[in-house]
Amino acid sequence: MNEAKSSDPRTPEQIRRSRNRVLALSLAGFVVLVFLISIAKMS
Amino acid sequence: MTTTSPSQTAFLPADWRDLLALTKPRVMSLVIFTGLCGLLAAPERIHPVIAFTAILCIAMGAGGAAALNQWWEADLDAGMKRTANRPLPQGRLDRTTARDFAGVLCAVSVFLMGFAVGWLPAAILAISIIYYSVIYTIWLKPRTPQNIVIGGGAGAFPPLIGWVAVTGHVTLMPVLLFAIIFFWTPPHFWALALFVKSDYAKVGIPMMPVVAGEKATRHQILIYAVLLLPLSVLPWWIGGTGAIYGISALVLSSLFLALSIRVGLRERSGEDDAMKPEKQLFAYSVLYLFALFAVLVVDRFIVL
Repeated sequence: MNEAKSSDPRTPEQIRRSRNRVLALSLAGFVVLVFLISIAKMS
Repeated sequence: MTTTSPSQTAFLPADWRDLLALTKPRVMSLVIFTGLCGLLAAPERIHPVIAFTAILCIAMGAGGAAALNQWWEADLDAGMKRTANRPLPQGRLDRTTARDFAGVLCAVSVFLMGFAVGWLPAAILAISIIYYSVIYTIWLKPRTPQNIVIGGGAGAFPPLIGWVAVTGHVTLMPVLLFAIIFFWTPPHFWALALFVKSDYAKVGIPMMPVVAGEKATRHQILIYAVLLLPLSVLPWWIGGTGAIYGISALVLSSLFLALSIRVGLRERSGEDDAMKPEKQLFAYSVLYLFALFAVLVVDRFIVL
């Protein structure tokens, strides 16, 4: 495929896990943000 | 340590760092900063959570538009030294993932802005995304050397959105902030285009130095810098800001003009010219915008 990818020492599983962790944190942050927006709107 | 076989490489998932790189974080920092300044300089106050959401939406919208830009220009980016290391030309990301990521970012930014902050700033955010990704990237950039002039409008939206997020309506002051960035963009980009001209020429992008030549570009830089000086002082003149901003704008813009005069009236000594004045103007133009918007906020909070 390409040089950059084949030089990545991590396995696909490691890359996927790292990405999913960031995705989970982003979604959790979004949920917290929506909650805080609701509180702010009500006040 | 694991080695990756060719069959594995074809299915390597997208790394989050590459997705982040798609959003052009360095450009985004200027967008966030000017958006925040617009928000802080507005004459009213909003709840900190709503303010944070507004800035987050501006950042996500800008990131989404930047990702759309890279998705569309992946082939062109591969041909330019400055952009060849981006995730798409390097093949670290596939185009469908980039497009979907960009689409999600843009959609979430507009709807979140609409629901949390207001539908007017959300509409302006949507216009700015369309302006950058469709009008600039797809339509103007490959067609006209004036691409930067009209496309520069896209980068001018953040302070307007920040201001409207607070006040809920468009007035002269946020329009002036828009105009300042609009007139700042051509000298900023053309200074860059002067010293990376060969890169743009190689991929057929009709940047001003490539199409109209260096001399015409230098004159145009000068014209915009001349117009920028009174425009940057206008917020003070109409009473929208205090003396701190007015005097700072005068000093900063005068220096901008001085550097532009040096570039505008200069003739290149030869192909091995290091283009030092052009590089200095480009570097100062970034500092100029940061400083100008910073004093706008300082002026708002400090009354002499």
